[in-house]
Amino acid sequence: MLQPGEWAYTEKLKEHFEKPKNIMQGDNPDSFDGVGMEGNLQCGDQMMVVINVDREKDTITDCQWKTYGCASAIASTSILSEMVKGMTLDQAFNVSPKDVARELGGLPDHKIHCSVLGDKALRAAINNYFVRNGMDGRVKKEQVKIVCQCMNVTDHDIEDAVLEGARSYYELQERTKLGTVCGQCKDEAEALLVKFKHLHFGI
Amino acid sequence: MAGRQIYFDNNATTPLHPEVKKEITAALEMYGNPSSMHAFGREARANVEDVRKRVARFMGADESEIVFTGSGSEANNTVLSLFVCHTAQCIPGMRQTIVTSRIEHPCVLETSDCLKHRGVDVQYLEVDSYGKVDLGQLEETLKEKTVGLVSVMMANNEIGTMQDIPAISELAHRYGALMHTDAVQAFGKVPVNVDDLGVDFLTVSGHKIYGPKGIGALYVRKGIPYCPFIRGGHQERGRRAGTENTLGIMGLGMAVDMRAAEMAAEEIRLQGLKEILRRGIEERIDDAVFNGHPTDSLANTLNVSFPGAEGEAILLYLDLAGIAVSTGSACASGSLDPSHVLLATGVDAERAHGSIRISLGRENTREEVDYMLDVLPGVISKIRNMSTAYIKGGVHASAR
Repeated sequence: MLQPGEWAYTEKLKEHFEKPKNIMQGDNPDSFDGVGMEGNLQCGDQMMVVINVDREKDTITDCQWKTYGCASAIASTSILSEMVKGMTLDQAFNVSPKDVARELGGLPDHKIHCSVLGDKALRAAINNYFVRNGMDGRVKKEQVKIVCQCMNVTDHDIEDAVLEGARSYYELQERTKLGTVCGQCKDEAEALLVKFKHLHFGI
Repeated sequence: MAGRQIYFDNNATTPLHPEVKKEITAALEMYGNPSSMHAFGREARANVEDVRKRVARFMGADESEIVFTGSGSEANNTVLSLFVCHTAQCIPGMRQTIVTSRIEHPCVLETSDCLKHRGVDVQYLEVDSYGKVDLGQLEETLKEKTVGLVSVMMANNEIGTMQDIPAISELAHRYGALMHTDAVQAFGKVPVNVDDLGVDFLTVSGHKIYGPKGIGALYVRKGIPYCPFIRGGHQERGRRAGTENTLGIMGLGMAVDMRAAEMAAEEIRLQGLKEILRRGIEERIDDAVFNGHPTDSLANTLNVSFPGAEGEAILLYLDLAGIAVSTGSACASGSLDPSHVLLATGVDAERAHGSIRISLGRENTREEVDYMLDVLPGVISKIRNMSTAYIKGGVHASAR
């Protein structure tokens, strides 16, 4: 229960919200080694992450960002930008929203989806660095798999639905319409539901 | 709560008026059930009926036309749910269509949505960019359909826009429909007279006018078909079962008395504070866009969007500075969709996500407004400085 005057989020989140770290300086993202942009303004959140890279060591030397987003988006990207400095590109690519949420001391369920744009934009920035430096072979595609052929629903759609609150197969269907025609994808969708619930919420 | 606290969220709820506090505190000693015949019961009954008279008088109604409810939401649910009776014997010949607007409170929109699944035809009126309902569309709908009820709110809780209720009532009645208005935000802020408005049903709430939470009232015009929402008791002349909330009713009575005494002068004062806020924001913050009707609007309500800044972030930075407002951003509500009211006025999703509502009340002062005007520009520029929506030549098409 919240006490009077208590912040609705953790102290760590409040700290990064009050004084966000590594906000992008200047207005030229292309002056950085890699640029990644995710989300859009119509949905109420958009994230840009830029990185500088030590080519010899293959590590991130600087990570800055800008966002159009809420407190959770601001704080989670602020902390992400601190976490990844000094990491190798491969390490940084594998940072998950769960790692960020853990670092923040936890996020309320309905705020998880606000925090996932930061690491998505970071992966986009790393890939952008590879492309701009002739390392196309190292670009890691976000694998998208169509689960429901009838309604064209991907594993990413299922992940989004879980982040937005779907907890049961029925709720998943309500949000994505998957499995509402032939129904053959039910087993695979249920397995992904379990996977993403565990990944993001530990349930 | 440590440090300075300024409450600018009076459309969400209001602090108790000091006189209401006194009234409720005294009433704590009065525990009789108004339905009991002994002295304890008679005392409670006398007090409840006295409040009924005062509430009725304040809206130009007869005391027999007032039904106490548990909230404004319950009163609205009651009116809309009358129409599920279309297959029942109690109200034969009840017409099948309800007309309401896109900007109603969720307790009207969700109830009407539920009624659709139960066989009632629901039509929604569009609003213009100021939030005014389309009277032309209303008349067309009334001509085409056999409308039983028109339900349009008197003043909107998010943007403050007032509707022309007398004109809407007149149209509804011309085509044989009943007229309901949700006056929860208007009652106690502007004069409300049921005959001038021409309504058959009218909803009010205690906690929006410095009264307690958990008490509302529904005006039901004499002779109008009625069906209780909560059954199983003779209370409220069989129109709302359940032992009366005597504390809430006494609090509501005092809140209404205080509004009768203070409303006129107070609304002039709040209008002045709102103008200072509006001008201050215009002068000190680039690109602020005001939402709602510029003049036909509640004196206490100012809704403004700051492109490039997301509403929940604005709300929480203001909260850190001790200032309480609300936002139309989806992020604050836990849903993904921004304010249905702003979207209905044609505002795009980005502007809706970047909106805040400042709603003033009787405890707010000029000094608090000045403090807000000192704090807000810094908050907006802080957010815009980290905003992707403020990058020149930004990657996204809609970036500014």
